Amino acid sequence: MIKITNVTKRFGSNISLDNIRCEFKKNESIALMGANGAGKTTLVRSIMGYYHPNDGEILINGLNPIKNRLDVLKHISFVPQLPPPIKLNIKELIEYVSVSAKIDKDFIKYYADEMKLDINSNLNKSFFKLSGGMKQKLLIAISLAKKSSIMIYDEPTANLDPKARDDFYRLLKENEDNKVLLFVTHRLEEVKELINRQIYMDLGKIVTDERL
Amino acid sequence: MKNLFLIAYLDLKESLRAKWFVVYSLVFGGLIALFFIAGVTESQVMGFSGLSRLLLMYIQITIVILPIFILITTVRSISGDRDDHILEYMLSFPISLKQYYWGKIIGRFITVFLPVFFAMLIAIIFGAFKGAMIPWSIFFLYSGLLFAMTSAFLGIAFFISSFVKSSEVALGLSFFIWIFLLAFIDIALISLMMQERMSSGLIIFISLINPMEIFRVAAISLFDPELTVMGPVAFYILDSVSQTIFVLASITYPVLLGFVFAFFGYKIFEKKDLV
Repeated sequence: MIKITNVTKRFGSNISLDNIRCEFKKNESIALMGANGAGKTTLVRSIMGYYHPNDGEILINGLNPIKNRLDVLKHISFVPQLPPPIKLNIKELIEYVSVSAKIDKDFIKYYADEMKLDINSNLNKSFFKLSGGMKQKLLIAISLAKKSSIMIYDEPTANLDPKARDDFYRLLKENEDNKVLLFVTHRLEEVKELINRQIYMDLGKIVTDERL
Repeated sequence: MKNLFLIAYLDLKESLRAKWFVVYSLVFGGLIALFFIAGVTESQVMGFSGLSRLLLMYIQITIVILPIFILITTVRSISGDRDDHILEYMLSFPISLKQYYWGKIIGRFITVFLPVFFAMLIAIIFGAFKGAMIPWSIFFLYSGLLFAMTSAFLGIAFFISSFVKSSEVALGLSFFIWIFLLAFIDIALISLMMQERMSSGLIIFISLINPMEIFRVAAISLFDPELTVMGPVAFYILDSVSQTIFVLASITYPVLLGFVFAFFGYKIFEKKDLV
């Protein structure tokens, strides 16, 4: 599903990804680990087509994420580490994601309910005015409702209480078949039940790549 | 197209809720209210009276403040979203960069143009209510000029927004461009003219490719078709083109300029790393 071939990404003289080569296949749940500045976020952003690699190639289902942006992003769900301060209200944000990604609004409401987030009473609230946990729950609900074959979570449970974390892992378990799940995390124990592969990065390189 | 209008619509709604938009609308609406309260429509200075006088004053102030308002409120549009990681999330959905960029421009254009235009419209309606003669030709010309100037500075703002790394730099650059076009370029050209280093025709041409300057001259030309208040410079302009052509050029040129800047901004946005 995701094929990364000799990808190098430089920012000025700093090498963020150094000749990365790996492949993520269907039914793989990967924990992407490493110290700050190891290149995890750069790798995720390159997969999403945000960065133009200096060398090498990334293919998602055989497609280049920069040249075939729309076709690639149809198959990717993404939850960032920190929910961005989006000024749209929840109703508008749901409108944006449902129109752009053709997501059924009822699915978003369903997963929000499962995450114990009451969307209906907050519809006219600005997204950025919600609490950290509520924001994260909504982004998770959207990511699950999108029914993507590739799901990327960058420290998704950072703002969640233990109960919400359990709900999140339960929902992921229910939805993991035939998908690639990629977790960027510092806390392996939290996703240990879900993952079957562990990659450790340092200084832009893959140091270890173990199947569990 | 659906996504383009969705982005425009959401940007518009977001802007309408923003504090800057309230200030922006109050400034232009307040100006008109102030003119009426101050009795500008009843005064007669240099032959201009009634609503014509009011519109002339409105446009003179607008020349100065509209560009900086557009620049500082718009220049953060993309660079601010990039800084705050909003772009990273919003572009994780299958929306094309073209739809995102141009949708933002359409939404922002409506936001910045309508308050300026409505303030003028309110002046016309209020003036008509008070029994003043409506200077329709001036109203339509000014509407066209405001449309053109809004296009030019919106294009420049999006161009800056597409390549700067942080919104602080974007704001600094906006301020520099505004002050350069408002004053520095004139000071430089006047000194060149005094030293006779360049031909006067060339200096006037350089001066008129400044969208603020062409706006200013076109605004004068409706009251003073011979541009007598400008002195000898009027000969260079009106000897080269007729007043009608000059007015048409003063509307089409800034619109084109804005489009060209917006287009190059889009090309940079498309080619550069997005976040």
